[in-house]
Amino acid sequence: MDEAGRRHYPEKPARVYLFGTCLIDLFCPEAGMDAVRLLEREGIEVHFPAAQTCCGQPAHSSGFPEQTRAVALAQLRLFPEAWPVIVPSGSCAGMMRHHYPRIFADDPRLLSEASALAERVFEFTEFLLHVARVRLTDRGAPARVALHTSCAARREMGTHVHARTLLGQLPRVEVAMHTHESECCGFGGTFSLKHPAISSAMAGDKVEALKQTGAQTFLSADCGCMLNLNHTLQKRGDPLQGQHLATFLWQRTGAEGEQR
Amino acid sequence: MNAPLQFVPASAFKQRAAAAVADAHLRSSFRNAMDFLIARRAAQFPDAPALERQRAFAEHIRKYSLARLPDLLEQLERKLTDNGVSVHWAETPEEANRIIIDIARRHSTRLMVKGKSMVSEEIELNHAMADAGMEALESDMGEYIVQLDGEKPSHIIMPAIHKTKQQIARLFAEKVPGAAYTDSVDELIGIGRAVLREKFMTAEIGLSGVNFAVAETGTLCLVENEGNGRMCTTVPDVHIAITGIEKVVEKLEHVPPLLALLTRSATGQAITTYFNMISGPRKPGEKDGPRELHLVLVDNGRTQAYGDEQLRSTLQCIRCGACMNHCPVYTRIGGHAYGSTYPGPIGAIVSPHMLGLAATHVLPTASSLCGACGEVCPVRIPIPDLLIRLRGEAQHAARPGEKPMLGQGAAQSRLIDIIWAGWAALYTRPALYRAFGWLATRFRALTPPMQSGWTASRTPLQPARRTLHEQMAARKRS
Repeated sequence: MDEAGRRHYPEKPARVYLFGTCLIDLFCPEAGMDAVRLLEREGIEVHFPAAQTCCGQPAHSSGFPEQTRAVALAQLRLFPEAWPVIVPSGSCAGMMRHHYPRIFADDPRLLSEASALAERVFEFTEFLLHVARVRLTDRGAPARVALHTSCAARREMGTHVHARTLLGQLPRVEVAMHTHESECCGFGGTFSLKHPAISSAMAGDKVEALKQTGAQTFLSADCGCMLNLNHTLQKRGDPLQGQHLATFLWQRTGAEGEQR
Repeated sequence: MNAPLQFVPASAFKQRAAAAVADAHLRSSFRNAMDFLIARRAAQFPDAPALERQRAFAEHIRKYSLARLPDLLEQLERKLTDNGVSVHWAETPEEANRIIIDIARRHSTRLMVKGKSMVSEEIELNHAMADAGMEALESDMGEYIVQLDGEKPSHIIMPAIHKTKQQIARLFAEKVPGAAYTDSVDELIGIGRAVLREKFMTAEIGLSGVNFAVAETGTLCLVENEGNGRMCTTVPDVHIAITGIEKVVEKLEHVPPLLALLTRSATGQAITTYFNMISGPRKPGEKDGPRELHLVLVDNGRTQAYGDEQLRSTLQCIRCGACMNHCPVYTRIGGHAYGSTYPGPIGAIVSPHMLGLAATHVLPTASSLCGACGEVCPVRIPIPDLLIRLRGEAQHAARPGEKPMLGQGAAQSRLIDIIWAGWAALYTRPALYRAFGWLATRFRALTPPMQSGWTASRTPLQPARRTLHEQMAARKRS
């Protein structure tokens, strides 16, 4: 980081690690697979450590520091080579990049490991844009989409800027702004279970705002927000559904040049 | 320890929150009011890097002041005493009320007029005064309105923000003697002012809050827009100022950077209409000002926050209310749902120290941790981190050798502990975790249709056909 808080980005690497996140693993694996396909198309080899589980954020935000630490520790040493660690979720990326060093602050050895890992953690759109330096070719029909950025992605990883810039490479994709765009969708992990009335009100307002744009779909770089909004829309019988950005980008740009 | 003045059971909070989100009228009025305040603030900070420099400066001033707090409080007391001000220390709300009531009794008080003071709300001074047979009348227009209706403030800066013009019109017609019904805002304010004008002249005591207390000069700074603060602090013969012990700064030069952020963050004003700097009572030969001036410094749990390196940042707060204005939860449920004097994000981090975690443990959970509060806080209090910390303290007993917080472990639950222990056991054992994923995907048709709070407004979550783990492993093999 420089004085203005801007991150210095490395050269495009030959190999990266993927940290798939627990939500993507179980609920939206296609998003993870599409992220892999996009990375491989750039000539990058993707390694997926089989021992990975979850970044620990659910316990962290619920106030269970011991369990957080145990689960975070189980991820800490899964990425031994100095390759970038790509996380297709702004919120999990923020956890590993900003919170891991604080979780291990009381142990100098673990702290140095956590800090070294944090330096290599990139949110997926950030990596595509600033490290892989992709040039996307738009192969889709004209489309109007909305973008919902998770709060952690926005405030900890700057994903709203990266995602918008990436979408800007697609000339036939129009990105519609929605009202209260920076506002939380009400997911908040266990918050959605603990305070369903408030969480539902927030999700309801967010889906209304997204619908008002007239967009065909909305995109998010976080599976948590996407599940929250998609299942809210389904319950309302609304046909609007969101997609993970990786899926949208792959579908729009991946018809040709796919390497398997 | 006496029972806390307020107790916020989780179930009562959830009931009030559910009622609030179902109230379309309340929803739209808070949404509109908060949008207005957000836009006003944003217009004051067009230059983001400049704002960050200002916030960093303000944070440093507050941290510097807190680091020297015991010394600064002593210096403040000495300086104020030299200036002819009586300084009183109150550890609890009861002590603070007793000090104020004693002063009031000495002056055979019938009426006290009050400028806006959240600390006086915190100690529930109006109740204590009423119990002692004396009237305490709010003179800030918003406070006057909520007092007239027997309510409490719903916002720390705009206490009557939950009320519509029509509601206030009906309230005035009903409760203010001789007032005819009008829903003209100017006329309504005129009615209130006419009542208050007379009260300023007859009150024996004026009470005010303090925004900044300057140690080196013994100056009490007071920010306000209506002039009622100046009336309360200059017209009655006795002025009592009340504030929390954290409000002290060392030097006069520390005030402008904080003031510039306070008014811009709170109401989007570059400066308020009035800025009072009070350094002592009326001196011989002077024609106005109070003959007697008191400062009551209230602890009420602040030293608990002070004693912890991380929680100390709670005391950086300058009470601008920006965290509430930007909070998506506060915007949905309004201030009354919280049930604590200080609502919203600041309330959730400060109330546990004042009232204990037994009474307040639900408040830190009422946040999606979106981070909007921390992003706008002019003194950069890491509010989300503090919310997480307090969630933890509420659910765990103090470790051996650690001093427990008031109400520490009050929300501890065997069931929740078992769930998280099981969660950690699963997510620290990769083979077990993959087996769990394999089973969950194979038996996805058996996913429960009712999933706690999730399915209240959403369709059930269902695992995918194959986990990412499985798909990546299959790919590696092929």
